[in-house]
Amino acid sequence: MIEKALIIFLAATLTNNFVLTYFLGLCPFVGVSERASSAIGMGFASTFVMTMTAIIAWIMDWLVLRPLHLEFLQTAVFILVIASLVQFVEMFIKKTSKELYKALGIYLPLITTNCIVLGLALIGSMKNYNLLENIMLGFGAGIGFTLALVLIAGIREELEFRNVPEPLKGAGITLIVVGLMALAFMGFSGMVTL
Amino acid sequence: MNTILLSVIIMAGLGLFFALFLLVSYKKLSVEEDPRVKKIEEILPGANCGACGYPGCAAYAEAIVLEGAPINKCAPGGAEVVGIIGKIMGVEAEAKATPVAHLMCQGSPDVAVQRSIYIGESSCRVADFTTKGDKACTYGCLGLGDCVRVCPFNAMYMGEDNLPKIIEENCTGCGLCVEECPRDILALVPRDQKTFVACVNKDKGAISRKVCKVSCIACGLCVKKAPEGSMELRNNLAVILDYKQVDTKAEEVYEVCPTKAIELKGKFAKVNTDG
Repeated sequence: MIEKALIIFLAATLTNNFVLTYFLGLCPFVGVSERASSAIGMGFASTFVMTMTAIIAWIMDWLVLRPLHLEFLQTAVFILVIASLVQFVEMFIKKTSKELYKALGIYLPLITTNCIVLGLALIGSMKNYNLLENIMLGFGAGIGFTLALVLIAGIREELEFRNVPEPLKGAGITLIVVGLMALAFMGFSGMVTL
Repeated sequence: MNTILLSVIIMAGLGLFFALFLLVSYKKLSVEEDPRVKKIEEILPGANCGACGYPGCAAYAEAIVLEGAPINKCAPGGAEVVGIIGKIMGVEAEAKATPVAHLMCQGSPDVAVQRSIYIGESSCRVADFTTKGDKACTYGCLGLGDCVRVCPFNAMYMGEDNLPKIIEENCTGCGLCVEECPRDILALVPRDQKTFVACVNKDKGAISRKVCKVSCIACGLCVKKAPEGSMELRNNLAVILDYKQVDTKAEEVYEVCPTKAIELKGKFAKVNTDG
């Protein structure tokens, strides 16, 4: 059982990296990846939200919705859970780190509508994972997101000092790099799967 | 029927539960905020376009109140929004008037030694990067008007003495010219400051004297004349530490300077241009 949970963690982090193989959560992936420091902050804020979502969404799913045969409410309930959690994280970060709060800016509330969080809750429910597996999925997806975000932020910081062809400057070169990174992550595929 | 009722109850219950959870955490985690931040945020268009240079309207509103950012950065809001923000910031905005740009160089062609003729691209940045311009002083104004071109408020023009002039009524203290100047000669200064050390030449007096007649030679006479602790010598330059104190003796400080590198606002340097 633990073995399966670990495999899920690895799969969510690397082979089935939510950002680079499912293309979930691309908005902060491009938006907050200009500085490595804010990328790390964003990554961990998202990881926290995703892990908590995995736990609470699982509880809601298995202890409330399924016993009452209200599975059709899944999406609405998950969105409610995510929105409340993000609001909580926002208040928490604002209280603890003013700098991080400013660096994340508009992207922090945007975690609410980020498909990566909802996608994780729905995938977990679809695969009928147990609580531990679901936590591993959420945590792994978060770590995978952080990993991808920090990697691309490092590359983008370097890119600023490079001679990028005029038409590709900014978003163009970023998306090309994202594509190449997705290729690299695809290289893991087949080793383990969700 | 039963299902509908049940789903309504569940959703309402969960909504209430999370609302309470957020309420409790808000009470525990709320941060004291300047009420003006909220007010300004409401007035800003809320487009989060980022034209002001801040990540979203909320960040800009905060920067205005906490860091004293210029209130005229919001492009979509236009003059109307600037007016309202000005009213909100009202009292303090008056007490803390916007700074104004000032040129820390008086090296017009008749006082600064020309060592060559510059015939390159008419841009200070290019001149500074390539040949260091036509003046013997490699610190002073290049006179090619990068600052004038960058000013969005028509607050600058090139004077006849080949130095940029600032129209203070139009200057909003945005600092674009200060950033643009490749030699950091322009500075944002308080609007009521009268006395300036209008030279940035860091060479020793003997050298700076040779390249420009109005250069600061770091003789230290002004430092002695000014109220104690309000001026000092740093890197072969006189530096004003407390302009309010220096301004109390503005005339004397100005008179004592042998090269007239000290500039008095509204008074043109009477430099001996013969020898």
